[in-house]
Amino acid sequence: MIDIDWAWMADHVDELVARTMQHLWLTLLAVGIGFFISFVLAIVAVRRRSTYGPILGISDILYTIPSLALFAALVSITGITLLTVMIPLVMYTLVIFVRNIASGFDSVPADVLEAANGMGYTRSQRLRRVEIPLAVPLIVAGIRLATVSTIGLVTVSAILGDTFGGLGFFILEGYRRSFPTELYFGAVPSILLAVVLDLLLIRVQRMITPWTKPASGTPPEMASV
Amino acid sequence: MDIVNQTVAWLTDPAHWSGPNGIPVRLTEHIAISAVSLLIALAIALPIGLYIGHTGKHTTFAVNSANLWRALPSLAVIAIVLPITARIDPDAGFKIYPTIVAMVVLAVPPIMVNTYSGLAGVDRDMLEAGRGQGMNERQILNGVELPLAVPVIATGTRSAAIQVVATATLGAVFGFGGLGRYLVNGISQNDKGQIFGGVVLVAGLVLVTELGFAIAQHFLTPRGLRLENRSATAN
Repeated sequence: MIDIDWAWMADHVDELVARTMQHLWLTLLAVGIGFFISFVLAIVAVRRRSTYGPILGISDILYTIPSLALFAALVSITGITLLTVMIPLVMYTLVIFVRNIASGFDSVPADVLEAANGMGYTRSQRLRRVEIPLAVPLIVAGIRLATVSTIGLVTVSAILGDTFGGLGFFILEGYRRSFPTELYFGAVPSILLAVVLDLLLIRVQRMITPWTKPASGTPPEMASV
Repeated sequence: MDIVNQTVAWLTDPAHWSGPNGIPVRLTEHIAISAVSLLIALAIALPIGLYIGHTGKHTTFAVNSANLWRALPSLAVIAIVLPITARIDPDAGFKIYPTIVAMVVLAVPPIMVNTYSGLAGVDRDMLEAGRGQGMNERQILNGVELPLAVPVIATGTRSAAIQVVATATLGAVFGFGGLGRYLVNGISQNDKGQIFGGVVLVAGLVLVTELGFAIAQHFLTPRGLRLENRSATAN
């Protein structure tokens, strides 16, 4: 139904590889930074109950700002730089992570904490040996969610121009040139990337936490892509 | 605060409140596309969620496919639908349908999963009590399960609505109107006032949506459950 220019695709395999690598690199960088920041935030939130509400509340508000709006707003402040791409990407992972990590720590039963105290664990020992391991299932679920939604958000960063955008670059250029082949050249691989990473992370999730039943997990929560 | 001044200036300029690119027109387009997408998503997700939740069949399949759907990047979904609709209907199809399809894809998983888990979360004793009173399956679904699941279903619909309102801005990247138009135009014209004006409008619409659904959720929740919640928070 749609005319696909296969020869053009064959000619641009190098670019496809380069853009896919950029896509992965931007995703991993954002998820990594986001994970680090939110881990600290989540521990603070769980430790000091009074900060719990505000931290979750602020991350909820951030979550409702459309990615397109955020990229657009930042470009007038920080220009077309890696920072402009990273701030929104990291921000959206924060929202997912803080929520999942905090509820991971929350899910540790009070009896278990008391038992750890009774055994003479110090606070940091209890955190390292009891709380973090028991929070792992929800933390891993958060990593999966954050990774997949970041893949989608990276495509949006293509509105900042040719420098970034990963596979989204082809989508926007294909649209500008009214060239469906290039549109699909960006869209299909970015969907595949998201699906493949999702399936891969389900595997990891099952490997790390074989005692949980992934199918009956919490309802999916998404970032505004 | 240069940016604040520019934003206020852009938002208060009467010229931006009239004409085909005026704020009322863009706002209406945005609300219309969000509402249509949400209604289609409800029409798809509710029956499936109710069926799965009531019968308990195919739950693994449903939750897994919802997770997979959730993984689809909206921009890519629009891009895939675009050439197909442009071929079918060169004038209208080009602009509006791809965005609607992507928004439906976005909204179906949270509504479906919450409908299913809302029904699955209903106390088994309640169903037994219903059966004991001689209710048939249909009466149990309509009279017991559905009312008790309303808060969870409403939460899913609310989160779907918020995501749709926020994400519908992406349609503007591909020539559809809506509030995203100001963001895309603002970037290409390097007009800060327009960008931030658009951001304020979208964020405002998201907040109004959130508030509207919170109120609707309150009134849709059966009185008995509302009382229960109140006493639960009082304790």
